[in-house]
Amino acid sequence: MSIEAQTIHRETFVLNLGPQHPATHGVLRVKLTMDGEYIEDAEPVIGYGHRMHEKMGENRTYAKYLPNMGRLDYVAALFNSHGYVCAVERLAGITVPERAEHIRVITAELNRLASHLLWAGAFLIDLGGFTPLLYTFDDREHILDLLESVTGARLTFCYYRFGGVGNDIDDNFIVGTRAFITRLRSRMPMYHALITKNIIFRKRCEGIGPISAETCRKYGASGPVVRGAGISYDVRKNEPYSIYSRFNFNVPVYHEADCMARYKVRMDEIIESMRIIEQALDQLPSGPVMAEKVPKMLKPPKGDCYFNVESARGVFGVRLVSDGTDKAYRAKLRSPCFSNMSLFRECSQGMLLADALALLGSLDLVIPDMDR
Amino acid sequence: MTFENLKLYLTGIAAMVAPPAPPVIEGAEPAPTPAPVPQIAETDHAKRGTDLEVTVPADKVAVASHIMDNAGYVLEAITGVDWLAENQFEVVYDYTLWASGQRVAVRARIPRDNPVLPTVSAIYPGANWHERETHDFFGIQFEGHPDLTPLLLPEDATFHPLRKDFGT
Repeated sequence: MSIEAQTIHRETFVLNLGPQHPATHGVLRVKLTMDGEYIEDAEPVIGYGHRMHEKMGENRTYAKYLPNMGRLDYVAALFNSHGYVCAVERLAGITVPERAEHIRVITAELNRLASHLLWAGAFLIDLGGFTPLLYTFDDREHILDLLESVTGARLTFCYYRFGGVGNDIDDNFIVGTRAFITRLRSRMPMYHALITKNIIFRKRCEGIGPISAETCRKYGASGPVVRGAGISYDVRKNEPYSIYSRFNFNVPVYHEADCMARYKVRMDEIIESMRIIEQALDQLPSGPVMAEKVPKMLKPPKGDCYFNVESARGVFGVRLVSDGTDKAYRAKLRSPCFSNMSLFRECSQGMLLADALALLGSLDLVIPDMDR
Repeated sequence: MTFENLKLYLTGIAAMVAPPAPPVIEGAEPAPTPAPVPQIAETDHAKRGTDLEVTVPADKVAVASHIMDNAGYVLEAITGVDWLAENQFEVVYDYTLWASGQRVAVRARIPRDNPVLPTVSAIYPGANWHERETHDFFGIQFEGHPDLTPLLLPEDATFHPLRKDFGT
């Protein structure tokens, strides 16, 4: 029988990635339709970690809802708190003392460092490199110790209050933070030698998983994903909140739009976050850390508002609707991972499965944030 | 498209509402009924988090989305609100422009007993999940949506937990 006479039998098969898989960073399932090694369709199945936080927001008072914020994006929990307390403050017209604003910026940026370091380690594990995780976790451990000393928690922080922060920072924290920044700065060349210059890492990332600027816009992506696609968008710059407009920092932007660009954005953001922390420490004023006369039972006037912060993963938004009682009428939580994940189906089409895992890792997903 | 132009376009499709009637003064001629005005207003970003708020009729949601898309905006979130006392659902579309950080909220109200809105997922593919989520939580039907199966809730869920009468 000649080769021409043979009919090539071609079929696809369904492959389940997850719900439990090391590369899904939580309970995420992706239903893959595979043509050999290539992805024809990738349907994310989410909701395994869904806890209906938005309903809890309607059932408990504003203050009792605060601890929930540490359980959305638990890798960078302070950003959720920051968005929520700022939204409530905007609604209730509370002004935050200067010192508290500085402490918020310092702790939030420390949290961003911790989040990016964890991501770098976990991303490398997705790609098959175990070693960098041990180094990034070593650095992250120092941050968690610092944050623990001031917030009392290592992961699920509940530190920001309406009108300020829970505890004042002390000299130990300031000295420790400065020492840590010196240490992390000295370790950045080591990270670049270990990861950025690694030929295997570069082959797995350069040109892999392109996400165009227009795709980002259509899907509402944010954070390092859009900055890796050549768009200079950072809520801290474009729509400054808290006291970010006072600090001198850059928004890293890369135009390659691939996994490598998203990696480089995060590594550069580590440098920029350290700059912000140093400036905030230099300018740290004395004074109270809580606004006076914030009522214990907060009842914001009727109305609604929207507040966004730049979380480690992108735009975290809170839309609050108040009916004048002590509980929110509606507390919408806009999660960055939710929108970033929604573009995966379109972008992963035709990719090799191994490359799609690099793309998935480069999105920096935290599943409980996505599922809420 | 400038912000002023965008405002003009949105004014064209905004829902009309009658302003409050002037007080009746005894003896004087009754004042003419005021003409309805479009429900659009610039807002203070520092107080509301938005620069423009517009309410459109339910069937104009997709038109509004088209206008926002042409103006280069990003659809950031879709929020449902259950106004049980008024027997209405409100859906808020939050748009933002990356370059300027300007925010526009487009609102629509629909009756609770027939909650149907046109989908905007053909214009913004990212709306697909936001609309599925809103369908999960409120039971709002998005006409023309490719797949409204539960996204966050269990696959066999028939309840809508963010309705104010859920569980009562």
